[in-house]
Amino acid sequence: MTLDPTIYNELLLALLPEIVLTGWALVLLLFVAWRHQTVRDLRIAGWLTLVAFASTAIAIWWLWWNRTGIEGIASMIAADDFRWVADWLFLAAAALTVLISFRYLEREQLLAPEYYVLLVFATLGMMVMAAGSDLMVIFLGLELMSVAVYVLAGFDRRRARSAEAALKYFLLGAFASGFLLYGIALVYGATGTTNIGIIGVQVSLMERPSVMLLAGLALLLVGFAFKVAAVPFHTWAPDVYDGAPTPVTAFMATGVKAAAFAALFRVLITGFANVAAWHEIVWWLAVVTMVGGNLFALGQRSLKRMLAYSSVAHAGYLLVALGSGRSAGTSAFLVYLVAYTLMTLGAFAVLAAKGRAGESDVTIDDLAGLAARRPWLAFALAVCMLSLLGFPGTAGFIGKWYILIAATSAGQNVLAAILVLASVVSAGYYLPVIMAMYMKPEPTDAAHVDVRLGRVGNAAIAIVVVGLLLFGVSPNRLFDLARSAGDSLRPAATFTPPPPPAPSQTPGN
Amino acid sequence: MYARWVLIALLAWPVLAGLVVLLVPARMAKQVALVASLVEFAMSVPLWWTFVPEAGMQFVANHAWIPAWGIRFTVGVDGISLFLVLLTTFLVPLSVLGSWSYITKREPGFYALLLILTTGMIGVFVALDLFLFYVMWEVMLIPMYFIIGVWGGDNRLYAAIKFFIYTMFGSLLMLVAILVLYLHAGRVTGTYSFGYAHVLAQVGSLGLSAWWLFGAFFLAFAIKVPLFPFHTWLPDAHVEAPTAGSVILAGILLKMGTYGFLRFALPFFPAVALHPTVQLGIVVLSLIGIIYGGLVAMVQPDFKKLIAYSSVAHLGFVMLGIWALTLQSVQGALLIMINHGISTGALFFLVGMMYERRHSRLIEAYGGIARVVPLFAAILTIVSLSSIALPGTNGFVGEFLVLLGSFRTYPVATAIATTGVIIAAAYLLTALQRLIFNPLDKRENEQLTDLTPRELAVLVPLLVCILWIGVYPKPFLRRMEPAARQLIEQVRPGTTAAPSTAGGGQQ
Repeated sequence: MTLDPTIYNELLLALLPEIVLTGWALVLLLFVAWRHQTVRDLRIAGWLTLVAFASTAIAIWWLWWNRTGIEGIASMIAADDFRWVADWLFLAAAALTVLISFRYLEREQLLAPEYYVLLVFATLGMMVMAAGSDLMVIFLGLELMSVAVYVLAGFDRRRARSAEAALKYFLLGAFASGFLLYGIALVYGATGTTNIGIIGVQVSLMERPSVMLLAGLALLLVGFAFKVAAVPFHTWAPDVYDGAPTPVTAFMATGVKAAAFAALFRVLITGFANVAAWHEIVWWLAVVTMVGGNLFALGQRSLKRMLAYSSVAHAGYLLVALGSGRSAGTSAFLVYLVAYTLMTLGAFAVLAAKGRAGESDVTIDDLAGLAARRPWLAFALAVCMLSLLGFPGTAGFIGKWYILIAATSAGQNVLAAILVLASVVSAGYYLPVIMAMYMKPEPTDAAHVDVRLGRVGNAAIAIVVVGLLLFGVSPNRLFDLARSAGDSLRPAATFTPPPPPAPSQTPGN
Repeated sequence: MYARWVLIALLAWPVLAGLVVLLVPARMAKQVALVASLVEFAMSVPLWWTFVPEAGMQFVANHAWIPAWGIRFTVGVDGISLFLVLLTTFLVPLSVLGSWSYITKREPGFYALLLILTTGMIGVFVALDLFLFYVMWEVMLIPMYFIIGVWGGDNRLYAAIKFFIYTMFGSLLMLVAILVLYLHAGRVTGTYSFGYAHVLAQVGSLGLSAWWLFGAFFLAFAIKVPLFPFHTWLPDAHVEAPTAGSVILAGILLKMGTYGFLRFALPFFPAVALHPTVQLGIVVLSLIGIIYGGLVAMVQPDFKKLIAYSSVAHLGFVMLGIWALTLQSVQGALLIMINHGISTGALFFLVGMMYERRHSRLIEAYGGIARVVPLFAAILTIVSLSSIALPGTNGFVGEFLVLLGSFRTYPVATAIATTGVIIAAAYLLTALQRLIFNPLDKRENEQLTDLTPRELAVLVPLLVCILWIGVYPKPFLRRMEPAARQLIEQVRPGTTAAPSTAGGGQQ
């Protein structure tokens, strides 16, 4: 169905998922106001949150099933496959975060159900970002998400490092928001609108982009590059990731990053497709981020910091997808994001299980002998590491392969070659984890006694591993979804005629 | 029926068996693994009879996999891959049996990995889809990494990661090259497919980009072979790996490199491969491998390392034979690939047996043990002679064919390569003398026990092959010939128009 955004009811329908989640957030807030401070309340809040995510996902599914679209380009929100797929991803990341939080919060004595409320609001912000077809809506979503995550980063308020992480994230994040907002203002000055679709039309009418537009675009890129932690705007990431509670770190590394990327894709591809300048910038950002992230990660001994830098490196791979242009790049981005979300959450889940109460630094060597004591957990982490490395048989490989296809078919052979060379470097820090778990002896008999995540957490890890292996072998369904989502995101100025479907059908050979 | 399912069964069975090995009680792991690998071998044996040499690709199975990218699960066997598949299924049960008492910790994991590795290796040899090939090529890396890293010697961590990173470095660039080939073929024909035949049909219009594409494939395969100077991972990996790991590494994994040249690098990029400069470079590198490998082997105090370096030399012959591109030399190269698997595999088994008795691989720790363990000494002698390429053993047939065939293309290089045979005699016979003949002057060696029936069961099949190929190689050569001829025709059209069966068929 096609919705007309000028009709109030139809606009509400287009916002159905956000409204459902907001309703649940209010329910949760009420719940927290009445009941809190015991383990039981915490668990109830956790399950309620999961129900909230599930019902939102169903609402999205309903809209997707009915092929909901929005009439015209002047709407403030978009309704396309890209939005639905991105929303599902955010919800999945948030739900998995909830699953690994259960045990963690109890062990760390963080008995405050507000945690889940903040998580719901952050997810809501992400969904608004993915839906926003107007720079102001995207900014609103970004702020909603960021403020909730600032608090989450400092949630373990008894620990100084958590507070430090929150403050650092807040200060730098506020700066980045300032850049973003200033960029929006300049773009508005150059085009007279904040609507991305209309910006796209305006830009295509310009003979050459004005300086003001370029300056605005550059500031927008800075703001987003900060949120996705691309080198050289990544310096906050290791400290914040390190200091925040581990499930929150997992959420930041997956959901927050995914949301910023989703908004970035929509802005650049729909609004600025006709401005060549950003291709070059993204090219360099991708190269510097891949090379830098991987090299920095090589030197880390702490598992959490290593994963932080690894998430920087993966932002570089996603930037390659962005740099290789429209539909194939967007599909590759979504496929990779699925894999990335699963494997990163899995790795952080195991880390959350391993980290002992109050003691934050788990070095890679601390994992020595884990395979003998906890074979399934070690297997799960090994699968995640191999997937992060991009090893065949895992979803990480399929995602990387898709990005490589997108890059080479866009003629970016150099970028593809740098990507694979960076992957070789990444073997230097992913493999030691496997090596420590399987090939080194346990330091003491009791080294891994406390490593457990509870039944719920184990379920999360099982979901991750099954997902990684399943998509690694049989990704067909995922591709169909990603392709239609990728096709739905197209430059505003060329709305008609619709682009032909990607030309890769094959007969037998 | 058999033709349609055999390859899929050969690929699926080891993985399933590997999972079973993990589930049964630990003490039964090796029995289950042995039975599973014997069943695998039994399934593969009819390939030998049902294979029709003239029929090209056979036993083809072709199923849809990822249609969005034109990826199909296509497998098949021809005269080049047939023997490598058989060699794999032949060596795996022996490796299981050879690890019987060598592997003492975490047995289920070891045998499961060995079985999964089997799938990867067979997959590499039978894949007819570039994506499938790449996946299999990488998949076998992980089991081997674990086998070296968990069950290896003292320096195993270093060897394992070096092996992994070297191989991965090469193969990832190959991945980009495969993608470029895929897109090229897709743009030319409008059909995007990773199918081997589909890509092969379009490589003629690559132009200059063929150069760097060849370079990417070359790097991946040259590291695997290993061609000098990419060989440095090999001594570490071979020496640190447990016996079965070394046997599989030398016997099969190295052949993936030469197989890759035969199947992909040469047919895809004939113009580059036959460019005089490239030819010269590869022939020189092969020669350096032969001579350098032999000379370094000569000074090794560690017998296992000696064998490892001898592999570099043997594979140098294979590369020379492949690049000479005459019927004899290519057949000889294929035969050396098999012979090396058998002879070097047997040598690694023997070293492992020595090590289990004395916990030393140093040559100087032994001496005169022929008096104590006559059976062991006799078998070691025969196997060494086969590795030296004494007439009557398998080694002779292969190296002679390579030298004969290459002489027509590269007379000078072949003359130099011939000295490699002499060097081989020098290092292996010296080692043999110091190991089993000199006076029995170490007290520890007086109590050594001779081969057990289990160990004989490992070695006798290998000995039979050594003598069989040495005396009557015709069944092997006959099955290889059409494929070798087709390859040469593909790479250098017109050269085999006049049949030159004199050397090949009747050797």
